[in-house]
Amino acid sequence: MKRAPTYVQVRLKEGARDVRGERVAKAAHGLGIDTGAVSVSRIYVVDLPLSEAALAALPDVAQATLADDVLEETTVNRVTGARTAYALVSRLPGVTDDEGMTAHRGLGTALAARGLGAGFDKEQRVFAQWLYAFERELCAEDLSRLGKEVLGNPVVDHIVIGLGAPKAFEAPSVTLPGNPELRTVSLRGTDAELETLSRERGLHLSLPELHAIRRHFAEVLKREPTECELEVFAQTWSEHCKHKEFNAAITMTLGDRTYEVDSLFKSFIRKATEDIRGRWAARGEDWMLTVFSDNAGVVALDDDKLFVLKVETHNSPSALDPVGGAMTGVLGTNRDAFGTGKGGGRLFFNTNVLCFGPKDYRKPLLPGQMHPARIAEGVVEGIEHAGNKCGVPTVNGAIVFDDRFAGKPLVYCGTGSIMPRHYPNGPSWEKDIRPGYRIVTVGGRVGQDGIHGATFSSTELDEKVTRGVVQIGSPITQKFVADFMEEACALGLVAGSTDNGAGGLSSSIGELATFSNGAQVELSHVPLKYGGLEPWEIFLSESQERMTLAVLPEKLPELLALAALREVEATDIGAFTGDGVLDVRYRGAQVALLDLAFLHDGVPRKHLIAEWSPPHVTEPDVVLGDLGGELLALLGSSNIASRERVIRRFDHEVKGKSIVKSLMGERGIGPQDAAVLRASFDGFLGVGVASGICPKFGDLDPYEMSAGAFDEALRSLVSVGARLPMPGEAPSWSACDNFCVPDSVYHPDTNADGKTKLGQLVRMCEALYDMSTFFDVPMTSGKDSMKNDLRSGGVKISVPPTVLFTMVAKMPDVRVAVTSELKAEGDVVYLVGKTYDELGGSELLRLHGALGRNVPRVRKEDAKRVYHAMMAAHAEGLLASSHDCSDGGLGVALAECAIGSGLGASVALPPDLAPEAALFSESHSRFVVSVRPEHAAAFDEILRDDATRLGLVTGDGRVTVRQDDALLFDLGVDALTAAFTQGGV
Amino acid sequence: MAARIMVLRGYGFNCEEETAAGYRAAGAEPVIVFASDWFAGKATLREFDMLHVPGGFSFGDDLGSGKVFANRLKQGKFPGGERVWSEIERFLADAGTIVGVCNGFQVLVRAGLLPNLGGSFAQEASLAANIEGHFEDRWVRCAPSGMGEARFGAKPFDLPVRHGEGRLVFGSPEIRAGVHQRGLLGLRYVDAAGEPARAYPENPNGADDAGAGLFSADGRVFGLMPHPEAYLSPYNHPAWPSRFRAGTLKTDDESDGLRLVRALLSTKSAPRAHRTS
Repeated sequence: MKRAPTYVQVRLKEGARDVRGERVAKAAHGLGIDTGAVSVSRIYVVDLPLSEAALAALPDVAQATLADDVLEETTVNRVTGARTAYALVSRLPGVTDDEGMTAHRGLGTALAARGLGAGFDKEQRVFAQWLYAFERELCAEDLSRLGKEVLGNPVVDHIVIGLGAPKAFEAPSVTLPGNPELRTVSLRGTDAELETLSRERGLHLSLPELHAIRRHFAEVLKREPTECELEVFAQTWSEHCKHKEFNAAITMTLGDRTYEVDSLFKSFIRKATEDIRGRWAARGEDWMLTVFSDNAGVVALDDDKLFVLKVETHNSPSALDPVGGAMTGVLGTNRDAFGTGKGGGRLFFNTNVLCFGPKDYRKPLLPGQMHPARIAEGVVEGIEHAGNKCGVPTVNGAIVFDDRFAGKPLVYCGTGSIMPRHYPNGPSWEKDIRPGYRIVTVGGRVGQDGIHGATFSSTELDEKVTRGVVQIGSPITQKFVADFMEEACALGLVAGSTDNGAGGLSSSIGELATFSNGAQVELSHVPLKYGGLEPWEIFLSESQERMTLAVLPEKLPELLALAALREVEATDIGAFTGDGVLDVRYRGAQVALLDLAFLHDGVPRKHLIAEWSPPHVTEPDVVLGDLGGELLALLGSSNIASRERVIRRFDHEVKGKSIVKSLMGERGIGPQDAAVLRASFDGFLGVGVASGICPKFGDLDPYEMSAGAFDEALRSLVSVGARLPMPGEAPSWSACDNFCVPDSVYHPDTNADGKTKLGQLVRMCEALYDMSTFFDVPMTSGKDSMKNDLRSGGVKISVPPTVLFTMVAKMPDVRVAVTSELKAEGDVVYLVGKTYDELGGSELLRLHGALGRNVPRVRKEDAKRVYHAMMAAHAEGLLASSHDCSDGGLGVALAECAIGSGLGASVALPPDLAPEAALFSESHSRFVVSVRPEHAAAFDEILRDDATRLGLVTGDGRVTVRQDDALLFDLGVDALTAAFTQGGV
Repeated sequence: MAARIMVLRGYGFNCEEETAAGYRAAGAEPVIVFASDWFAGKATLREFDMLHVPGGFSFGDDLGSGKVFANRLKQGKFPGGERVWSEIERFLADAGTIVGVCNGFQVLVRAGLLPNLGGSFAQEASLAANIEGHFEDRWVRCAPSGMGEARFGAKPFDLPVRHGEGRLVFGSPEIRAGVHQRGLLGLRYVDAAGEPARAYPENPNGADDAGAGLFSADGRVFGLMPHPEAYLSPYNHPAWPSRFRAGTLKTDDESDGLRLVRALLSTKSAPRAHRTS
């Protein structure tokens, strides 16, 4: 008979305010459920046979270890504070349970001090649960809804509901067969059988790929593949890891012209960077140290410091488990930033750009689809946990709403780190891995979580996704690992490192092994969360917070001792070799023996068809209200309104280096164009950080959309005071491209418009090449995510093709930064750059349910001239404020400048455009700036025809706009502020 | 002689770098020490005048913020068998001082070092979940009060708070009265009029009596929720561009954060004789 586990309840004392319970009641109220008062308590289930003596000591030990003496009290094997109904939420078996793990360690240590710690020295046996007791009697349906939509998520949580109090508490247990077996898989079947095999095992390998593998095994190796080998191919050759579509041969038809594209990546992205790098190298000024060849791009910041940038997406997991998905996204990108080169970069900042369905989405939810508002709330919570707990400031971001993100959200997570240029064992940015070096795994333990993540994220979502593909991050485990990496690398103990993300060990060791040309791994040495995993599962699992290190054998003892001291698990699991083979064993028996060259280069190339021609659209016949009313509506609309409520939940100031924050001004509400941070405390060298994203223009013209996103990032940096890369100025720019597109492979039945979707992607990449080479701003890293569709209940929701550009520019002195809010009455207000009749895709038309035709075009020659003039004005210190014009055009930009300061402005629009176009057209490469009156002449001299004098900053707190002497509107800054902040997300 | 300060890092603390930069700028000699090195006997408080427990999320704030690290202080032992807590008691008895910011404050309160009216290091106060129910990063104004006026001067400080559990509550009305009698509430959130802030957002977490910082009864331990180390340069203030323009802040002014860091050094009572062993 199974023994009932011991449990401890920790609950607030009578009279203590239950803030968590209040939040639950409020959230329930939002669902139309009246819970009455809610009390929340924690349950710790101890799944160990405790001795009499240990049980007797438990009440004291539990109170001292688990409870706050002032606020909380504990009971053992007894539930107090029960009410009418309850919900009990715990992690599903095998899902990361940090709270339980910490309780396990705490109780174990305290009991051991009394000589009663038996059983606590092995795997986790204490598990945390949350008990919610409700004052009102709730029907099963309401309880169940609360459980699934407010208190937990069935994808990762076990939720029990009932009346009164729970009768028993169960520990989660993972029951695995426990007899790992080595199996081979036959590939001799028919094509139909091969496809069935691929589908049933979740391999997502295509027929040509399966044929290539079969041929390799039959002709070269003369045997059948093992289960592990087949899984390794599936992960290594997944879209996520191999970017098969970005490397495909594409036949593109643009209008009536057809041409061949030999790999989007090689032709546009890598070529742009190579062309730029060649130009700088020819001048003897190559600042790009690592581009595209490692986990993140590395550039030189100065003689001692290198800057590392990486941006990733974590879309599919965030659709299923928003909190865990976003958390894993942030932590995974962080690991790239300290797993580049030898490793050990110090995390400097995070960025987050989020695309969601509308918060008031009203279409019926499809099976497996979560409401966009829940996804948004969960993603924000996940980022909050991951960024804040790791002590990395979240400094820049954006939130974009569109109906088509309701199937899959886009969660872009970016990280910058700063790495010393030199370590005792050589240049920091170069991995130096030779045969004989040890393979060391560091960080979290391995479980079944996250098996098949790489293949999963390379496919569209459907109703049947299993929970195994979602991993829950542990920010604190990772913080320990990050500190350890920084220290170990600085001591010269690490020859190279990489993180374990998609594909787990198979991918991390597979990549590192290319440096020495081989590796031999013993899987039975890998630390596990629980027993019984199959060898291939150990090799493929994507359990989080793990790094793989290459370590010189002589340094191994010092590295392992340091890890033990810092309470980080580090294990030697094999050695790098030079025989060209990936040799994987389990207790000595061969699990996989793969030719590295074939594994990395043997994937058959795809050939795809693409086409694009401009859509047939017309300018809409929209009846506008008075333009002041339109401005107020725009300020309160979802894509423009204040992001303050989100921004304040992210620690954006830890590390003490923030100079321009997301919100500035005396009132702390003025939105900014770019973040500015200093790099250290011994000077004012720093960076500007900006992003550009505008999927709304993609329906009209994906080329202009991509060029516009590039321009948005660029102009944001120019606005704040960064300089475009200039010869002789020792520049240092990093840019990262992140494409997120729907399934773009044509299929007559399932993806009839696939050619057009791929055509859009081709146009986006062509724009990247043109902009990047024209402005001399290289892509130093990037990533693509190809299947952002939800297919469910016979319906498909595909994201609009989207590209994010994240740019970081060195600023030699961050103190020159200029912010957006107006500064003083009497300053002269200018529009810099030219407005065109380009309302197509604008927020104004969107407000009226229209798309329009005239998409904003980037006129890059004009843009460069304007940016150079702005740089000259910055250099002379002529700008009192500067804000770029994007969503909502000049009208919204001017209003934001006023909102940030509380000051008003009296302006007259140029007469050449209709007032709605002059105010709300979203033409690119423009700024609203203010200049001290005594600087106006100098400013005019520099900007010439590129600046239009609009009027003056006023002290009366009103924004007054005229055109041709006609008053268009006169609004109080308080009214503008109210619209902007109350409409906030 | 410059004060030597042991600034802890590791276990999830994350403000050690800017904290050390602040003390250095204020003329002290900070040394960043991994807490695990201290517990392993590789560093000792005997060589320091002050212990600084910085902000962060020690042990992920599992079991309550600062709780697990407080347990380590109270229950942990050095390799030689001596209790960590004994070293802390001896350090304080020997005129050492302790400062905790944010997570460090949470550690000190949960370890019973603050306010310690009873002298037995029992927990007498707590830092509970913010009334708003979640983490927030925002700038607040704090004014010295009680013992704080003597140590920090009368001028208020603009500082950022960044926490989800910062609502100071007292274990009983008697403890609350004792804290006030002895003037231990050294820093309070204030509103625009300079009065103790009752309401959000000026009082960002709903703290009792607008308490932002708390002294121990003997004045040797001080904890606060706001982060002075995040405001070492005037350029860290969110309104620096407007204030520079208005002339109310100057580029070479000492920032409020650095002014407070300097004042925290004055928490150091008398010069200590440095032991070498």
